[in-house]
Amino acid sequence: MTLLTDAAPKVRARRPRDGAGKQRDGSRVTYLLVAVVTLVSVFPLYYTVVMASHTNAEMSSATPPWLPSTSFFGNVKKALELAPLNHGLLNSLIVSGAITAATVALCTLAGFAFAKLRFRGSAMLLGFCIATMMVPMQMGIIPLYMMMARLGLAGHLGAVILPMLCTAFGVFFMRQYISSAVPDELIEAGHIDGASSLRIFWSIVVPAVRPAMAVLAMLTFLTSWNDFFWPIIVLSSQNPTVQVSFQSLATGYAPQQSIIMAGTLYGTIPVLVVFGLLGRQIVGGIMEGAVKG
Amino acid sequence: MTLMRATSVTPLAPPEDPPAASRREQRREARASRPRSPGRMRGQRIGYLYVLPFFLVFGAFSIYPWLDTAWVSLHEVRLSTYDQQTWVGLGNYRDIFTNPFFWNAFRNTVTIGVISTVPQLCMALGIAHLLNYRLRGRTFFRVAILMPYATSLAAATVIFLELFDTKLGLVNWFLHVVHLPAVDWQGSKWPAQIAVSTIVTWRWTGYNTLIYLAGMQSIDSTLYEAAAVDGAGRWRQFVHVTLPGLRPTILFTIVVSTIGATQLFGEPLLYHNGKADGGTVGQYQTLGVLMYQQGWVNDRLGLASATAWTMFVIIVVAVAANLLFVRYRTRGALR
Repeated sequence: MTLLTDAAPKVRARRPRDGAGKQRDGSRVTYLLVAVVTLVSVFPLYYTVVMASHTNAEMSSATPPWLPSTSFFGNVKKALELAPLNHGLLNSLIVSGAITAATVALCTLAGFAFAKLRFRGSAMLLGFCIATMMVPMQMGIIPLYMMMARLGLAGHLGAVILPMLCTAFGVFFMRQYISSAVPDELIEAGHIDGASSLRIFWSIVVPAVRPAMAVLAMLTFLTSWNDFFWPIIVLSSQNPTVQVSFQSLATGYAPQQSIIMAGTLYGTIPVLVVFGLLGRQIVGGIMEGAVKG
Repeated sequence: MTLMRATSVTPLAPPEDPPAASRREQRREARASRPRSPGRMRGQRIGYLYVLPFFLVFGAFSIYPWLDTAWVSLHEVRLSTYDQQTWVGLGNYRDIFTNPFFWNAFRNTVTIGVISTVPQLCMALGIAHLLNYRLRGRTFFRVAILMPYATSLAAATVIFLELFDTKLGLVNWFLHVVHLPAVDWQGSKWPAQIAVSTIVTWRWTGYNTLIYLAGMQSIDSTLYEAAAVDGAGRWRQFVHVTLPGLRPTILFTIVVSTIGATQLFGEPLLYHNGKADGGTVGQYQTLGVLMYQQGWVNDRLGLASATAWTMFVIIVVAVAANLLFVRYRTRGALR
């Protein structure tokens, strides 16, 4: 992971903005290829809509249908009888909301310290943080499971929230952003004015890095909303997150394609809607992170 | 109780006791003689306070469990009676390396890793190149190719399970239309692994595309102009300017993909209808699935812990191999 730190100094403060004259115009062939790629990306989701809006009998015909139909709500109703999707959606909202708030707060604090405060061993601690990104999630779950059982949290949402309250990635992400977005002079000025470090953090750093906090919040929310491994281990199908509740859909007796797809789509729509609204910012965040990381 | 123990184990908690007075004196002198970088604040120790909340949580719920997994891996432990641990030394590791299931899982993890990562990164590179042209509606294209990333792996796997359904799936319908024989996308080894890899590729290509695109846009445009003056065509510009400029980015994506591929778990498990047995011909048995089966199906937490640590070692070796290979290649190129 040394490359992360090696690449960091290469950040250019003023990157030419997209399409600022240096890029060539796309030809017709470019547009055609990009259109094909976009279609392939979106097609499975589109076809989910098609499958979810037909009855099972219609889907079993010799030539599969290509356009959405009208049975979506009927299928969703049946799916809701099979799996506690609404309960799952609510739980996912609580879990992801709590994780996102905590991650942004803890990682911004630590990122600020690593970027702008000098203390013994800070480089070593940061290096350690970065190295931990190599640890597979499998390595912690058995003691975590025992811990949650001892705390009496197995099956409760707290068991999903507690271990995810912060990420090493978040610290690194915020550290990179704060290093480059908050000029040292600004902090020095605050210091000369006699502001405490907490005051400097709250009144200078936080306003300056709000965009990065928003990006980290979106990425964290998406990741924890889609997390599957830990929730499936520690939660039961009676009190699931939405990802866990998908499983009850497919494993019910006599699974029916249309109903499974309707349930899956129903559980995915909220995040797709949010993504539709914030997609531009998420794209920007991933690209920013890539250049800074 | 556990929490208390966890923090005391954490090697990263900042030291509570102030160091000996003489050492503090020494350090203060050293600090005074060192030129202070502008903008950095005095009162260094305050920094510990800012990283403390993070390291408390991280120590209790990440670092402590990782270390405890190593301890558990030296014991025989059952799920129902997890407080009774019987010391078995390295017995679990011996079990793993003499177990054909482990080696099958290892091979599957490598093959699925290769057929999901290599085409994925190559496609991402190509798509990023396309998106690097000035396009009308580029934001739309970027958001659209990132849609799969927003789809959860559970939802994506359910969707692809239907697309790859042997009787009713769209993929086999298409093969029928072009007069090819139907493929058993679940029961036989390679088709099943290709299907699982397709899910991974579908979800992550867009993400890697954006990473490459960001890298491409930070390449100095004068390099392209210089290459064009030297008479390099578009392909040669791509090979001699874009690819070298992207070297750190490519290395980054390879490392991240390697780490992800080694842990592959959700896709093969859900694609096999949530069963952890690895499939009739062991086609779905990745290291992640095997570890889950050992711990939560066969009730051998010690063995599962040993598998988890083995996975970590595999990741470290694989990442180190990547870095060494690139360093070797770079030196070769400079010579």
